[in-house]
Amino acid sequence: MTTTIIKTTTKILTPLILVFGSYIILHGHLTPGGGFQGGAVFASGLALLIVANKYETIKTLFEKVPLSVFESIGALGFLGMACLGFAGYTFFKNVIANSGFPIFGGKTPVGINPGYLNTGGTLSYMNIFVGIKVLAGLTSIVLIFFLIMRRERDEW
Amino acid sequence: MRTSLGLLAFIGFTLFLLAAMISLRPFGEPPHREMDDWFITHAQIEASANNVVTSIVFDYRGFDTLGEATVLFTAVSGVLMVLRRHKKEVKG
Repeated sequence: MTTTIIKTTTKILTPLILVFGSYIILHGHLTPGGGFQGGAVFASGLALLIVANKYETIKTLFEKVPLSVFESIGALGFLGMACLGFAGYTFFKNVIANSGFPIFGGKTPVGINPGYLNTGGTLSYMNIFVGIKVLAGLTSIVLIFFLIMRRERDEW
Repeated sequence: MRTSLGLLAFIGFTLFLLAAMISLRPFGEPPHREMDDWFITHAQIEASANNVVTSIVFDYRGFDTLGEATVLFTAVSGVLMVLRRHKKEVKG
């Protein structure tokens, strides 16, 4: 699988795909996309990285990356952001929106505007958490398939 | 016997689909537009988001997104559970 063509293409494409995925996650409240889509794009970049490298390299690299911890952080952060609404309101109430909180708490002008990144309230936090969760989940699925495939080929 | 039964089922299903297609509403004219107008006019005020779709997915219908995240989590844990054989080699 690791031919020179795939390796060279991966070297050029993977940084672009990862940056594009992060952009989609971070700008989820302004442009089309969001946590799920950006996480899937990011995970596809990591899948390209997994496919194009050697088995031992991938194994030693991803043993240091706690993907299940990322998945748990994403799920618990999403739930925690939703539970922030219990401070006087209901579940999933957007309490940070338009409140002047320094991070993602800016006021959105009503009507047509260029789109400011420092808005969105809990939406932006939820996008980030869901993005982390989706990229960890999809990457672990691809990683498991890769490791299983290679191991069975080695055994038999 | 089986062929005629299949043909009958095929014709019936086709007629049902055609009837459903004829009774569709014209494009762009939903039966109720109050909720759509509420989302479009209030998304920037209530949810502080230019992207109305994201404001619906993560704010107005946040509970659905919670279920979606649970589905993904279930899929990942199912794959890990089915394909895990040695504790040392497979690490998620």
